[in-house]
Amino acid sequence: MLEIAIKGSKNYWLWIVFLLAVMGAGGIFYIDQFMNGLMTTGMSRDVSWGFYIANFTFLVGVAAGGVMVVIPYYLHDYEKFHRITILGEFLAVASLIMCLLFIIVDLGQPTRAFNVMLYPSPKSMLFYDMLVLNGYLFLNIVVGWKILEAERNQVEPAWWTKPLIYLSIPFAIGIHTVTAYLYCGLPGRGFWLTAILAPRFLASAFAAGPAFLIILCYIIRKFTKFDPGWEAMQTLSKIVCYALIANLFFFVCEVFVSYYSNIPSHKAHVQYLLFGYHGYHALVPWMWTSMILMTTGAIFLLIPPLRNNKTLLPFTCAMIIFGVWIDKALGMISGGFVPSPLHHVTEYAPTGPEIMISFGVYAIGFLVLTILYKLATQVKEEVRG
Amino acid sequence: MNKNAIITGLIIFVLAVLSPFWFNMITATQAAPEPELLGKAKTEKNCVLNKYEMRANHMALLDEWRDSVVRNADRMYESANGHSFNMSLSTGENSCLGCHEDKTKFCDKCHTYASVDPYCWECHTNPKEIR
Amino acid sequence: MMEKSRRSFLKVAGIAAIGLGAAPAMNFAASDSHGTAHAVKSKNKKALHAQRWGMVIDTNKITDEVVESIVEACHKAHNVPDFNIEVDEKKYPNTRPVNHKQEVKWIWEEEFHNAFPDKEDEFLAEKFHDLPFLVTCNHCKNAPCVQACPTQATFKREDGIVMMDFHRCIGCRFCMAACPFGSRNFNFRDPRPFIEEVNPTFPTRSKGVVEKCNFCAERLAKGELPHCVEASEGAIVFGDLEDSESDIRVLLNENYTIRRKQSLGTEPSVYYIM
Repeated sequence: MLEIAIKGSKNYWLWIVFLLAVMGAGGIFYIDQFMNGLMTTGMSRDVSWGFYIANFTFLVGVAAGGVMVVIPYYLHDYEKFHRITILGEFLAVASLIMCLLFIIVDLGQPTRAFNVMLYPSPKSMLFYDMLVLNGYLFLNIVVGWKILEAERNQVEPAWWTKPLIYLSIPFAIGIHTVTAYLYCGLPGRGFWLTAILAPRFLASAFAAGPAFLIILCYIIRKFTKFDPGWEAMQTLSKIVCYALIANLFFFVCEVFVSYYSNIPSHKAHVQYLLFGYHGYHALVPWMWTSMILMTTGAIFLLIPPLRNNKTLLPFTCAMIIFGVWIDKALGMISGGFVPSPLHHVTEYAPTGPEIMISFGVYAIGFLVLTILYKLATQVKEEVRG
Repeated sequence: MNKNAIITGLIIFVLAVLSPFWFNMITATQAAPEPELLGKAKTEKNCVLNKYEMRANHMALLDEWRDSVVRNADRMYESANGHSFNMSLSTGENSCLGCHEDKTKFCDKCHTYASVDPYCWECHTNPKEIR
Repeated sequence: MMEKSRRSFLKVAGIAAIGLGAAPAMNFAASDSHGTAHAVKSKNKKALHAQRWGMVIDTNKITDEVVESIVEACHKAHNVPDFNIEVDEKKYPNTRPVNHKQEVKWIWEEEFHNAFPDKEDEFLAEKFHDLPFLVTCNHCKNAPCVQACPTQATFKREDGIVMMDFHRCIGCRFCMAACPFGSRNFNFRDPRPFIEEVNPTFPTRSKGVVEKCNFCAERLAKGELPHCVEASEGAIVFGDLEDSESDIRVLLNENYTIRRKQSLGTEPSVYYIM
């Protein structure tokens, strides 16, 4: 089936070459980081996790968002999603590959990464994260491939794909819950030590994932002969709408709890993010941009004429994705580390090499996504045509 | 395809594949390396294990030692032949380098020949280099 | 027909390859190839033992000079890199400029409101405003860093010390996120250029691993007390918290002591006499 990916138009190949170039640039910077250590990043003793883990957290959400098309179709026979479940599954595959790569590039000793499997630590959330991320990746690859192959050969998919699909649903919830548990179980980080972190992660995941899927549907409609279905995209936009409102509501809850209780150690982090703390305010403009983008996005999705406007919808989705990205990646990570446990402030900004390596990882993910989507759309075109 | 072309191609391929061997035969002047025994290693003649076991297993042995020292706080090693050693690579008189003295004349001899680059020395220091 | 037999050939070849590959591995696992079956590993006879090592710092005896000699003793003995030194250009050419935010420190001084941020007080006694407070790893009884580590590279030893196994650490820095006290350091770069005088009796670390105070486990193994204790001129007392007759327990009985962030329940083993 992979031979489909090497036949494409000039635009297709231009895009592939562009991705390869970005991957190459990222690779060069990564070699420098691998040889000289993480000193090439902007991370510090106080802010020990940065852009890599931030993007990892965001992408776990996007991967989990794929389940939002699987549940309605496989559990509730929602026919409108029939054509796009494969798109959700393949998006999850590409996102998970990026997640795992972001972890690898973040490690200080990546050659020892296998130690996590050699020395299982059942008390560590990172151990479970490794299990569920790899498990979900394996499930989606197998299920997606097998179902697509069956469609191409015009037969029913093998019987064992059904139980695997059902298994992927709790796994999807699991990946983002476990990733949230990484943060919310740490006693020393007041900003993260909240039960609502896992629900907030899931809400933002179910907003960003399907929003990205909607944009991908637009791209597929433009560049291929496969039509995912405008009705499916509309349902997705409604899912994004309510997930986003939940996310915003949860954030308001967080702000209320910190400010109304007035406990300094809890308030300090939210204060740093939204208003600046003791003169340090690098993230304030970002956070407010994020709030404006998400709120505007929610309004646009709530009002039916705006939600159903075919030209406006992709821009709304882009706003939402960017807003959620800022909130989840920049806001949550920096907010947790600033101020430090000793109430010092060390601000963080990613360095050029760090950003380039991140672009390289994104390029790898987009390459995987492009190839998989090429397979999916081509097979569906063949079958229908 | 032309039979002669195939056979010529095959011969060139076989030569290319075997090139490391005849290249070494022509240019290399030494046989296997000889690590030098210095100081206490020379006089004692009794290492942790016998020569053949050490050569084959010193990596696994050092791995066991490092787990034993760091994780179990056990630092003394009494070998099967009754000798007592300090389970350390470079610290103290009864450590590896305490008897074998010079990393370049002992450890590196075989390692360089076999193109092996153990990362031990990224952290563990060689006393001779410091002085 | 060609496809069927090619597929079955590949299946058989794959299984054969796995089988052939497994044979030496199984041989190795089955045989006693370590050669150390009859060897005995034990502790040094002079080693100090405890059920739970702890430390009491008498803040009344801590002055700036004492702090300086403690920090120097610890950092020099353990080859902790100092980013403030001038790098030897000949030995380490082309060393990139330092980022002081990526410093490494095992023990250092803080002001009261940074060492004890949960004890903010508008009317704090004057003398505590400028007193230096020594902070380091607290070797907690319920250490969150030990719970967090996915490889058990940081682990709790039988004697209560929270140890680092630098060989196993993958540098994920989860333990640094988990520590409520900010005691942990990451080697963002190779520390060697920044060690002025390498102590040959202790290894350095490589880039990419996390490090912190280890209660001088290597000294306890030889029957010696930690460097900070020896350099403290009596300000720091070190002993077994579970031994009701040890010096440290006597001190804890006679004085009111506080620990950092006690309400989190991590049970730090470092006490401060105010």
